[in-house]
Amino acid sequence: MSVAAQVRVQLGSLDLDAAIDISPGELVAVLGPNGAGKSTLLRALAGLQPIDAGRITIDETVVDDGDAVFVEPERRPIGVVFQQYLLFEHMSVLENVAFGLRARGTAKADARRTAGQWLDRVRLGEYASERPRALSGGQAQRVALARALAADPRLLLLDEPLAALDVGTRASVRRDLRQYLASFDGMRLLVTHDPVDAYALADRVAILEAGRIVQTGTLAEVTARPRSRYVADLVGVNLVRGVVSDGVLRTVDGATVVIADAAPGDSIAVIRPHSVVLTTDAPTSSARNVWPGTIVDIDRLGDRVRVVIDGPIPLTAEITAAALDALHLRPGDPVHAAVKATDIDVSPV
Amino acid sequence: MLALAGIAIAFFALPLVGLLWRAPWSNAWGYLTDHDALTALRLSIVCSLWATALSVVFGVPLAWVLARVEFPGRTVVRALCTLSMVLPPVVGGVALFFALGRRGLVGQYLDRWFDIRLPFTTAGVVVAQTFVAMPFLVITVEAALRQLDQRVEDAARTLGASRWYTFRRVTLPAVRPALVAGAVLSWARALGEFGATITFAGNFPGTTQTMPLAVYLSLETNPEEAIVLALVLIAISFAVLVGLRDRWFGARTAVAA
Amino acid sequence: MRSRTRLLASTLVIASLALGACGDDDAPKTSAGTVTVFAAASLTAAFTEIGDAFMTEYPDAEVVFNFAASSELVTQIGEGAPADVFASADQNNMTKLTDAGGSATEPALFARNLLQIIVGPGNPTGITGVADLADEDLIVVTCAPEVPCGKYAAEIFANAGVTVTPKSLEENVKAVVSKVTLGEADAGIVYRTDVIAAGSDAAGVEIPEDINVVAEYPVAVTKDAPNADGAQAFIDFVLSEQGRKILDSYGFLAP
Repeated sequence: MSVAAQVRVQLGSLDLDAAIDISPGELVAVLGPNGAGKSTLLRALAGLQPIDAGRITIDETVVDDGDAVFVEPERRPIGVVFQQYLLFEHMSVLENVAFGLRARGTAKADARRTAGQWLDRVRLGEYASERPRALSGGQAQRVALARALAADPRLLLLDEPLAALDVGTRASVRRDLRQYLASFDGMRLLVTHDPVDAYALADRVAILEAGRIVQTGTLAEVTARPRSRYVADLVGVNLVRGVVSDGVLRTVDGATVVIADAAPGDSIAVIRPHSVVLTTDAPTSSARNVWPGTIVDIDRLGDRVRVVIDGPIPLTAEITAAALDALHLRPGDPVHAAVKATDIDVSPV
Repeated sequence: MLALAGIAIAFFALPLVGLLWRAPWSNAWGYLTDHDALTALRLSIVCSLWATALSVVFGVPLAWVLARVEFPGRTVVRALCTLSMVLPPVVGGVALFFALGRRGLVGQYLDRWFDIRLPFTTAGVVVAQTFVAMPFLVITVEAALRQLDQRVEDAARTLGASRWYTFRRVTLPAVRPALVAGAVLSWARALGEFGATITFAGNFPGTTQTMPLAVYLSLETNPEEAIVLALVLIAISFAVLVGLRDRWFGARTAVAA
Repeated sequence: MRSRTRLLASTLVIASLALGACGDDDAPKTSAGTVTVFAAASLTAAFTEIGDAFMTEYPDAEVVFNFAASSELVTQIGEGAPADVFASADQNNMTKLTDAGGSATEPALFARNLLQIIVGPGNPTGITGVADLADEDLIVVTCAPEVPCGKYAAEIFANAGVTVTPKSLEENVKAVVSKVTLGEADAGIVYRTDVIAAGSDAAGVEIPEDINVVAEYPVAVTKDAPNADGAQAFIDFVLSEQGRKILDSYGFLAP
């Protein structure tokens, strides 16, 4: 019971040739910039974009082989949450959620009862008779999720579910989404351009670059060892999870990160590798965070060097090749890593 | 701007005022209850409703194909299907003869094999009216379909809805205001149709003489009666246009407010 | 369509008048000048030729035509259209104009026309006379009773004592002709001039004189004629030997 997809699609300037697997119960994030082919990959799985070649198998059933076999979207065991949510404006919220069941032949009363239960589950029971335009962005997303899940799909596809939201509401919606996605035990595929989304929600990431999957693994693995300059730029950020209180983020291991103003609660701190300053002696700069550590690895990527450091906060620093030579650093050497509090972004999760 | 708009309003209103000014109010009731006038009015309403129904039944799928199906020569087909809007109606009537007349391309077989004759019949009136009226519906609905976010239909498909179910439950309701507007335009055009009708279907009281034909012919002998009949036609169209606007377009704003 | 043609024709008439007026300012006055003729549609071909001949006779003259149904022309003149001459296809419409005080001279008869049965080329249904038109299987069309040719058709059927149910009552005689020449109708009642004008597209079956109706064509100078002298010159020309000959060639009978 899994998904195995080998997708080849030529669409305008896009040349998509990507393989992706999802194990039962797994949530995979496809991470890549706009135009990489993320949405096309998702549409291929949904049956909205027939593939030119390859094979898509969902639960041992081939749904598209680029040739004779093509299962229409309505006959695939899927649910999709679109970026713009795409709720049916002429129906009530309840009718939106009941739509999938009605379309599959469930009697009206039964469909409405089930839809009502789903609305209660996403805490929107009192909006049942409203029109979608009365909802906020976050509420609309929850309705879209309920609508997709009400029809009991095996595979849930989410296309940039947070991109349409403004920064202010994104964090709380992300937290809700995490909770709802955790309660769904089917397979989930999330498409996003934001590493924080992937980190907060996904078990595993697949990095899509110009139509090719260039790296897969847990986000920690990919962040620590990006296999290309491109991946490094895209996901090569240090993500530190912890609880914020009084301007300090504390990890489960007890390490602390001093941050600029942020709301208290579970959060992820984003530390960009090029914000990390390395010195061999304890630094005298104004940086609020100084962590001693040991160099684990040194990766040269062109004229830039990524230095992987183990310490109370495991970090990846990015310095120039010239700086590396000046510091005479080698794996195993002790080093101090310094980061200014104002260079750290904090997202609540 | 306001001055120009004012001129435009006067341009539309003055001819109507002219008709009202010349109307023989004292004799109006007599002309109205005249048997021939009532017959023509009834025929006009029945035929224009049929033409509207046919325009919807065939025009909506046509609009969908034009909006959604990519095929070579689509522009040509679209131009072809809206040609009757710019064609002089009498030419349209003659063209209908060539197609559906007793000696027409298709008409000769309708006559020979099925004993169906359209010219000089009420069905012919409906055909002529549909010919000139349907483009109004097609254009309106096609524009609405093009504006509609197709991904909403995609969303419906991923929820288990077949193409037909999606069309019925998602697409059609979403373009309903345009469909209603298009149907009303078609109906108004069919109701006022003159040239194609008198050419293709002829003029015979009770079978093919619609109101516009009756108005035109009474202009020859009894201009007073013609004015009264024309005013009846205008009153009916006006009532429907105003009424539907309130009902469909006014109602939407009420919900939003 | 008809109203559009009419509008166009009127516009042209007005435009030509304006141009003609400008010309008059420059050129010395002549006996003819610009003559505006409102004539029945059935006179279109014959009067166009007469107009050409008239302008050959009077090189300084300009004849401008407005052809339409006689009843429409009466309405237009009544509404102030600048006509010099009115040539009607029946006495009835001329009477309407004179009763309203719209004519300046006593109307003069200049032609007569007879009605004929028009049938397809070679008379495929073998119609020999009015009695044959009572056959329910035939598609017969006539003019509507509101227009002269329809009134005449009804008179002929009454004179012949037959009941004919037309499939359509057309708004003008040319529509009857085209229904027959297009093959959609088997027969119709039209003027013999129309049958002649249709040439090889149609054939005519004579209607005996005892049941036939004679259409009389009167012509008169209008009361408000901008060019009354020219109008009279044109009418004189229509009534002359030369005018008579041209009318004859289109199938009109002498008055």
